[in-house]
This record gives sequence, C-alpha cells and structure tokens, in this order.
Amino acid sequence: YIHIINKADMAASKGLKILVGCKRVIDYAVKVRVKPDRSGVVTEGVKHSMNPFDEIAVEEAVRMKEKKLAGEAVAISVGPPQSQETLRTALAMGIDRAIHVEIPLAQLEKLQPIHVSKLLAKVCESEKPDLVILGKQAIDDDCNQTGQMLAALLDWPQATFASKIEPSQDSKQLRVTREVDGGMETIDVSVPAVVTSDLRLNEPRYATLPNIMKAKKKPLAKMSPDQLGVDLQPRQEVISVEDPPVRKAGAKVESVEDLVGKLREKGLVK
Amino acid sequence: FQASRAASLLPQLLLRRRPASAGAFALLARPASSASGGLPPLTTEIHPGIKRGAFSQLTDADVSAFEAIVGGDHVIKDADEVLSYNIDWLRICRGQGQLVLRPKTTEEVSAIVRHCNKRRLAVVPQGGNTGLVGGSVPLFDEIVISTSRMNSLLSIDPVSGVLVAEAGCVLEQLDREAASQGLMMPLDLGAKGSCQIGGNLATNAGGLRLLRYGSLRGTTLGLEAVLPTGQVLDCLTTLRKDNTGYDIKQLLIGSEGTLGIITKAAILCPARPKSVQLAFLGLDSFQAVLDTYRLARRSLGEILSAFEFIDSESMRAVKKNLGLSCPLGEHSFYVLAETSGSNETHDREKLDGFIESVMSMDGCATDGTVAQDAGQFAHLWSLRERIVESLLVDGYEYKYDVSLPLADIYRLVEHMRTRLDGRVIRTAGYGHLGDGNLHLNFTTPKFDAKVLELIEPHVFDWVRDRRGSVSAEHGLGLKKSQYIRHSKADFAVRVMAEVKRLLDPNGIMNPYKVLPDE
Repeated sequence: YIHIINKADMAASKGLKILVGCKRVIDYAVKVRVKPDRSGVVTEGVKHSMNPFDEIAVEEAVRMKEKKLAGEAVAISVGPPQSQETLRTALAMGIDRAIHVEIPLAQLEKLQPIHVSKLLAKVCESEKPDLVILGKQAIDDDCNQTGQMLAALLDWPQATFASKIEPSQDSKQLRVTREVDGGMETIDVSVPAVVTSDLRLNEPRYATLPNIMKAKKKPLAKMSPDQLGVDLQPRQEVISVEDPPVRKAGAKVESVEDLVGKLREKGLVK
Repeated sequence: FQASRAASLLPQLLLRRRPASAGAFALLARPASSASGGLPPLTTEIHPGIKRGAFSQLTDADVSAFEAIVGGDHVIKDADEVLSYNIDWLRICRGQGQLVLRPKTTEEVSAIVRHCNKRRLAVVPQGGNTGLVGGSVPLFDEIVISTSRMNSLLSIDPVSGVLVAEAGCVLEQLDREAASQGLMMPLDLGAKGSCQIGGNLATNAGGLRLLRYGSLRGTTLGLEAVLPTGQVLDCLTTLRKDNTGYDIKQLLIGSEGTLGIITKAAILCPARPKSVQLAFLGLDSFQAVLDTYRLARRSLGEILSAFEFIDSESMRAVKKNLGLSCPLGEHSFYVLAETSGSNETHDREKLDGFIESVMSMDGCATDGTVAQDAGQFAHLWSLRERIVESLLVDGYEYKYDVSLPLADIYRLVEHMRTRLDGRVIRTAGYGHLGDGNLHLNFTTPKFDAKVLELIEPHVFDWVRDRRGSVSAEHGLGLKKSQYIRHSKADFAVRVMAEVKRLLDPNGIMNPYKVLPDE
C-alpha cells in the first residue's frame, strides 16, 4: 500500500493530515501494584490517563496545525470504553476529531503492539493521513514497537524518538531530529511517514475550559476490530508478573576500622 | 515498570510536588534573612519587652538526669545542632535554648517533664517546627523536647477508619500509610512533608481540605498526653462516640503545647476518594470569585473538597521567585476548585456542569483548565501550596492569617496594600475562601520595624472591628498572644488563664506563648 502526495511546497498546500495515536494507561504518578495471583498489575479503581508520550504527540499535531503545516488532526485510540475519555482530552487540546477502536475487555489484556499496529494500518488505508505521530512507547509495557511495526506494515519511512519536527530545506519532506544513544541524528523523511515522539519534542499544553466544552461536540467515531478485519489472536503469553526484588537495607559504620572489618568479613578485601 | 518510568520521565518528575523530607523542604527557599550573617535576629531583640520567667537555670546535674532518661545519644548539647531547633521555619525567630531532648516513649517524656517541673525548668515541645507564629521554638533558654523519634504508626483499622499513631509521625507518611488501606488523613497542608501529627493537633491545624473533612476537633477521637506535672493523661480512645464526662482532649487540641505534650493520637480517617478532579480558573474581580464559590457549592456541593483563591500578586511571586509556570493568562484572581468522590464518571459530569455554569455566567471565569492527569494536578496545586515559600525568597515575610466575612476578605488586602504602598516588596492575599480564611502576607528585603509598626496592630484592629478572628488557623504562638482579646472576650481569656494555672502550676510548659503576659 503506497500513498503518494504531490506537493510542491508543504507550506502552500492545505497542510498535512495527521493521525495521532493515544493510549490510555495507568497514570504515571500512581504506585503500581502487582496482583496477588501475579497475572498482571492492579488496574481496577486505579487512576488512568493518556500515555505521556502520546500527550506530546497530540501537542505536536496541534502545534503543526497552528503553524499551518497541518490542516487536520485526528486522534485514534485502541482500547476499552474508557479510552473515550483519553480521546476527549486529545480533542480538548485541539485535535479535530477522534476514532475509538473499541476492544472488548476479554481481549484487552492480551492486546499487543502487533495487533495495534495492524489496526492502525487498516485505519490508515481509509483515512489516508500524511503523517502518523505516535508516542515512542507506552509507560505500561515500555514496548517501543507500535510505531516501527506500523511503518513496516505500510511500507512508509519512520523517524523514531523525534525531538524536533520541521519541514526539510526544500519543504518537500519532513526534517526530524532524533534522540539516539550517541547524541542527535537529523534525517529527512518523505511523507507519508510514521514519527514517534520523544520527551523533549514539546511540553504539552493544559486543556482550556472553552476547548474542554468544544471537545464534547467534536465527532468521535467508533470502530471494532472485526469491522477492520484484524485478528486479535495473542502471539505471546504472560507467564507471571512480579515486583522487582526489594533492595536490602545498607548498614552504617562508625569508623574506618569498622568499614575495613566489614569488607573483610564479606570477603571483599583480604 | 518503575525504573523506565523514572528514566523516561525525569524532567516531568522534577516539576512535581516538592520532596517529602523535612531537610529538603527546608532547603528549598532559605534566604539570608537579616544582618547577623544570615541568622535571624534573636527573638529577645525583636521583643525586648518580654522578660524571662522565674525559671531555674540548667545545671550539669539536670543534663545527667536527662541522659539517664533518654540515653546520651539523644541529649543534644552541641551549639551548632541546637541552633537549628532554636530557629522557626519562617526564620523570624531565634531562641537561646541550650539543650534538646529526643525521647522515644511516653514514659521518657513523662520522666523528663516530671524532672523539669520539680526543678522549675521551662520547656518547649517541638514537632516538625513548621509553625508560623513562633510557637515551637524557645525564646530564652527553654529546653526543647522534640517528638521526632516518637514516630511509630500504632494501628490502622480499615473498617472503622481509625488510625492510631505516635505524635512524631510526619503527616505525609501517615497519609501514605492510610492510602495503603484505602483511607486518607482528614487534613492536608503545605507543610505535610515535615509537620508531625502531634503538632497538627496542638495547633488544631486547618489546611486545604477543612472545607470537606472538618477540623481536627471533630476528627480526633482520642489522644494521650504528658501534662506539665509529668503525669500521663490517657484519653486515647478509638470510639466514635463517648459522652462520658468533660472532653479534656479538646483543651489540649489547639493549646499549642502550653497545656501538655501530646504523645499519641487516634484520628478518624475518611475513605480515600476514587476520583479527584481539579479545576483552575482565572477571574477578574473578587465578586467573580464569590459568585464562583456560590456556584461551586450549588453544583458541586457534596463532592467539593477544596476551594482556594490566589491573587495576582501571589501568582507573580510564585512565577518569579520559584520559576513555576501558570497555564492561564494574567488575571486578578485565580481559583482552585477540587472535587473528591467515589465515582469518576459522576464527578466528571458534575464538574462539567459547574464549568458550563461558570463560563456562561456574566463576569465569571472565562479562562481556566481542568487537570487531565496527576502531573497537571500536582503542578496546579503547587501554584497555591508554594506561595509561602515563594514569598520567603523576597527576604522577610510578615504573615497574617485571619477569618473574615467573605465580602470583607479582599477589602482588607486592598486596604493594607494602599497603606503599605512603597514600603514593601509586595502585599499578597490568598487562602481558604471556602472557610472565610484569608492569608495576608507582606514582604521586605530585611526585617523592618517601621513596616511592622504600620501593620500591627492596625490589621488586627481592622479584623476585630468586623468581628473576625486575628488568627484563623495558625494559632497565637509568640507572635500574636498579645492580640488574643481582639477576638476573645476578656473573661474568656481569664478562664483560659485559670485552666493554664490548674494544669501547669509552675508555668514551665511553653511559656511566653498563647496567653498574654500577665
């Protein structure tokens, strides 16, 4: 599947159409607890909110609209009924409309990036965005896979861990600065493309009251995995989830002699 | 999960609430406050009229006696260490206490106090030392009795919600323990990371959620205290209802350490709300603030858990002095309206209704936001909770905490701002609007006696004339004891003095505080 845009100058055209992915996750400030049966973590009654990297992705899409680089921004979330609230937050930040791919509770726990990327790819077929921005990873599974898989499925270029997105020199492509281990890497990608957002891309705005009110009236379409023809059969099985090992308390010593004595005791010095 | 969260979210974590430990809280904003190389002036210099009571002098024999009670390690004699116990959090007081004792048990406290009573040695009970009226530090050479080592949580009953703890437990830590049982402490204040529950009770601390959960006078079911004679008063019941005789614990609550040292407390904890929402609004007149409050009570009624207002001068201080950012534009006033409830969907609906009303009402809020996640929630609250800290950066802070009829609250701020125009860096007004409680602060680069003269007693007279309280929640301590008759009839004050004489015949328990010199 290839979608080519004929654009002489990005600024002059009516702007890119952006699709932004939002995932509903346990709020990053919450202390996560493992379920007693070790099958997963406790989510019942726990505060959830939008994945922080997705907030950054939403913010970037809204900023690109404000800069007239983008014409329309659509948010999409794959998740349970409550993902609608996550989409409302995106709408309140300035996104134009939203799509909710609702996953039944039974299949939710086994949902993996491979499924999400297939669902997103199907939506891209009908929505035909010029740019997909996803958070680089979700803070619950830390997979960092969906963006890359989506690009591969669509055979689109990908620019991951973006800390800056701007038009390229000749305005025909996007110039993305990426945060990599060695420092920063700047690449040009042609559109359509998949970009994943990193922490320093921007600081997300607060949803203002007028926008919160407007968000209620913005369109929110619902879809199901069956409608999109994607099979949600799990490829992995979670065997157990455990707490990280508890750090043992250290001991304070009163003097250098004490310290040397203890080091000797533990066989760390002769 | 934890490690990668921390790594990937470091910048945002740095923006969150200030750290929990007492040391860090103290380090955040500590300006060089006066002439003597960064130390505040001696309290005796600021109040030369107060004379040392007829107390004995500390002797080596006394020190040995204390060492026998708590152990040598917990008797602090070193001048540098003792100094920090002599200076209050606001750095407006510096005492000359020579000795700090750190008992671990009620029995040790009792033995110490018994000795001091016999020897007629004055003492100052001290918890987290976060009081704002100079009530928790010595004036002369009083012995500091610190409750910091009495920090065991004794029990939490998840069914009844009753928490029993030793007086030295830090409020924030108690709240965390309560959270693990689905409960919460019934009070919350900016000093939570350092203040201790004993001190909270002694000052009848109010805080941000008194509006919803009431005062400690209602939520404290029982306490244990050591009276000034050294006797242990055991009123530590966990019963919700117990009408058997006079409720003596109510004398100790709010007594600011002048009637005894609280050693244990039983607190009734409410259920921790499943859904907490926060709306932050920008308004352009105080009338709009009052109208918004009325709207909030009508549309949010049973779930409203806090209603705070901040004026533009306070917001300016927080932005400039602490570098915090405000998501709204410039407004004359800002309001924080928080809801706490058991059902997120219901509460969101109610909040939406409130916001719609607020926005459609003429002259009400046009600018505002609702926190979308815990990070935004914490950041918005910090704009209110860190005002005191931000004002300290200006230099010296003159703090006032009054109760007034709602319509008069901001009139006082405007009146004083005009009166002190040109003499102070700023006049900041903010507070618990829902409780009719104004926090009024002035700042100057250094302590200025002339400025103090312009403020006191004028501000207290203004409040008295409108039948307000000269100290809504901070207490009288040292700084306001002379103004007690502004809000209490003379006969009432004399009855208080009788009670003090009855329980503390030698007057050793936190002298010079609360009741005026007579």
